[in-house]
Amino acid sequence: MASSFTKRPDKRKFDELRPIKAEVGIIPNADGSALFAFGETVAIASVYGPKPLHPAHMQNPERGIIRCNYNMLPFSVTERAKPGPNRRSKEISMVAGNALASVVDLERFPGTVIDVEIMILQANASTRCAGINAAAMALAQAGIVMKELVSSVSIGKMDDKIVTDVIKEEEDWEEGEGATDIAITMTSKTKEITHLQLDGRIQTHRFKEAIEAAKEACEKIHQYQIRALKGEKIDETK
Amino acid sequence: MKIPNINKRKILSLLKEDKRMDGRKPFEYRDIHIETGLSINAEGTARVRIGKTEVIVGVKMDTQEPYPDHEDEGTMVTGMEFSSMSEERYENGPPQMDSIEVARVVDRGLRESRFIDWKKLCIKEGEKVWSIMIDIYCINDDGNAMDAASIGAVAALKMAKFPKYDEEKEEVLHGEISDKPLPLTEHVPFAMTFHKIGNKIIADPTRQEEDSAEARITLAVSSANKKEKMINAMQKGGITSITSEEMEKIIEQSEKIYDKVFPDLEKKIDKLKKEK
Repeated sequence: MASSFTKRPDKRKFDELRPIKAEVGIIPNADGSALFAFGETVAIASVYGPKPLHPAHMQNPERGIIRCNYNMLPFSVTERAKPGPNRRSKEISMVAGNALASVVDLERFPGTVIDVEIMILQANASTRCAGINAAAMALAQAGIVMKELVSSVSIGKMDDKIVTDVIKEEEDWEEGEGATDIAITMTSKTKEITHLQLDGRIQTHRFKEAIEAAKEACEKIHQYQIRALKGEKIDETK
Repeated sequence: MKIPNINKRKILSLLKEDKRMDGRKPFEYRDIHIETGLSINAEGTARVRIGKTEVIVGVKMDTQEPYPDHEDEGTMVTGMEFSSMSEERYENGPPQMDSIEVARVVDRGLRESRFIDWKKLCIKEGEKVWSIMIDIYCINDDGNAMDAASIGAVAALKMAKFPKYDEEKEEVLHGEISDKPLPLTEHVPFAMTFHKIGNKIIADPTRQEEDSAEARITLAVSSANKKEKMINAMQKGGITSITSEEMEKIIEQSEKIYDKVFPDLEKKIDKLKKEK
């Protein structure tokens, strides 16, 4: 049977990212900050710290902690999102924090906290990936010692096709085998996985293809992050 | 947060000569920049920078049952948050008093000036009216987020277009935005914030000046016929009192600042609206 998913709604190639925006230093008060956008999905992130953690009983005498907060702004989505944390945002905050913590040399900062704030200004799927990319850049800009950078991307399976950087219309794909959405974060050099979430249905033997697609995409994203960290204001949406 | 007294001493000694740390005169505003187009999913957005202070504002719309005492009028909710992004001192959590105060003062300025024609937001009297939800976030706080929030709210409302509405199903088509602007009037409210430091009054404070100030006054002023100015909302902050002479001086200065800053600002906003 022929695949029902032959073309992407926005005419991209299956392995093509949306136009990228990337820039650091957007929040003057913060120790580090960045913007990262996959097309219509725009995230900004700030970093404050390392600083002493209060209350003191939360401190870890051996290593610092990363406190991450993911915040989808009410007007970033078509139907207003209620402000404040919810189960979804709390979960994303946790996994995003973990994705970042695995590359930060936290043993250098015992008893401290690094605050990472992620804001989604405009959403068209892959918001957590855009947020993690911005946060990783913000950490690097803040001069926090990191073993490697991390880059994050969503890989989808629409019917039987593996695609890179999923948009909302694709997430909602129902025909054939339906839609699978995989959010993956990888380290820049070794391409180890520091974050992975999957929803949908994908054959075990095809999962490897998804990982390969993620590796390729994360390498491309890494290059954008590096260019932005060197001071370039990247905007491919124009 | 306490700042070292040395800053306050420096600020005070400069103010004796009517000077400020950043070289401004006591009642001089920093440059104000306005942009829009933050979110295609919002009915209207604005990004306002006053000096290094930056706020982002989004307007979303929906429908609801009207309030029983205003059965043919639309509704509005204004929210504000000093994001933990904006300054070291802010933490995540439910909005604190400082955020709530900004939201309340901005809200009162918009309401009392009659900037919005509430009756034109009625869909079916007693049953269904439009509701406007304004969400304001300070993402970099270098003082005077109040005025930035007020300007941002006005700009976002001016940019806003109604979402499409399915008359048969009587429901909003979220994500589909029409080209019909909101029913706004000429009574555009602008907030101006003054601080008292020692026995001196300044406008548009930086964060450092705010931290050194003992009292604060915000006025939201509108001027529909461009001659007479109306005060639509006021709020005093801080424990220290303000003398009636100081209050007169503030009113007098607010008229000058209004004429100097806001007609141009409104033109800028209207130009952005046309370009959009």
